[in-house]
Amino acid sequence: MAKLVAILATTHHPFFYRTSQLPPEEAPPFAAEWVRKVLAYRETLTRARPDLLVMVGSDHFHQLWLDNMPQFLIGKAPYYDANWYNEEREFGLPKLRMRGHEELSAYMLREGLDKGFDLAFSNELRIDHSITCPIFTVRPQNDLPIVPVYTNIFAPPLPRPERFVALGKALREIIDAWPSDLRVAVIGTGHLSLELGGPRQFGPHGPDPEFDARAVEWIANGDIDGCLANVTLESLHAPGNATHGFMDFMLMMGIAGYNKADYADNLDLFHTMEAYFTWYPNGVDA
Amino acid sequence: MSKYLLNKFLFTIDRDPDLVERYREDPAGTVAWWEAEKANEILNAHTGERSTWLEFTPQERAALSTHDHVALFELGAHPFLTLTLWIAMFERDATEPLAMQREYAAKLAHFSLPYPDIAT
Repeated sequence: MAKLVAILATTHHPFFYRTSQLPPEEAPPFAAEWVRKVLAYRETLTRARPDLLVMVGSDHFHQLWLDNMPQFLIGKAPYYDANWYNEEREFGLPKLRMRGHEELSAYMLREGLDKGFDLAFSNELRIDHSITCPIFTVRPQNDLPIVPVYTNIFAPPLPRPERFVALGKALREIIDAWPSDLRVAVIGTGHLSLELGGPRQFGPHGPDPEFDARAVEWIANGDIDGCLANVTLESLHAPGNATHGFMDFMLMMGIAGYNKADYADNLDLFHTMEAYFTWYPNGVDA
Repeated sequence: MSKYLLNKFLFTIDRDPDLVERYREDPAGTVAWWEAEKANEILNAHTGERSTWLEFTPQERAALSTHDHVALFELGAHPFLTLTLWIAMFERDATEPLAMQREYAAKLAHFSLPYPDIAT
């Protein structure tokens, strides 16, 4: 069976790439600590020596549009082009090409369908910064094949938080049962409290530091039940109008199960809090 | 009311660099042209197939034609689409980093929860 060697759940901040490229004299005061934390986080993936990456993220109205919107989608293609013109324009993100892993994509689609998740698929998917941000942060050499998993946290009606957790649990079972010798890491990105295009955007912190503190505790402690008891589709409007991206963290909690994170870190930035979690489900040295 | 069509306008303008510039310079003309020529294009279909029923309400047309992001928020346009396109059009005019985004937020300060519904 495949070995799930690491589970990474993190925020994705599209400004990190450009900030990390600035010479020290031009960099903002928070840049050095941000880069240091990201480099430390990168090591948590590197030490797991993965062969391929399952990557959970959410399209930001790039390829997935309101005339044909899937709730959960898995890419199945030999390659994925990545990043879009407006991400180059706004964030300075370069275009990438990533290899796919069609065998695992096919297996995840088949098994997911049979477990009661009507997963959409795509054979030609250009992925966006929800998946490329963690490539820039934790695997900048971009040398591993990926299976992209997209969720809808963006265009209501959305699946409920329980469904994200349930899909995470199912994906964990599927990966654990995949007949392969490969070492798999799952990397998923979401948000803590976040406001985009509303009155609370781009403040000195995330729009709801209290929510962020609780969320970090839920994730770090593997407290799925506590999280589900306090988070609903409706309640997620309160911490910020883009906070439904937290449901991608909840999906990752479903993958990690009722376990404390082996690595947890965060950084209070303008606009939003960054957070970095890693689990080693088969031990650090598996 | 057609939140979907508002979003479709924002989405299709934002992804085309020439249209971003055209909308910045001539909002009313761009909206009129777009509604006449582009509103009914089915984006994920072969070219030549069109819808027959999509049009803006007067309020929606006015909001887009005057770059009124506060009205778009009130009408339930997807705030991510509006913000992204506004950054593309107007961040360049700001005097310091994030000043444009903060001014954009300040103009929305009179909204409290729950915000206008964005479901389409």
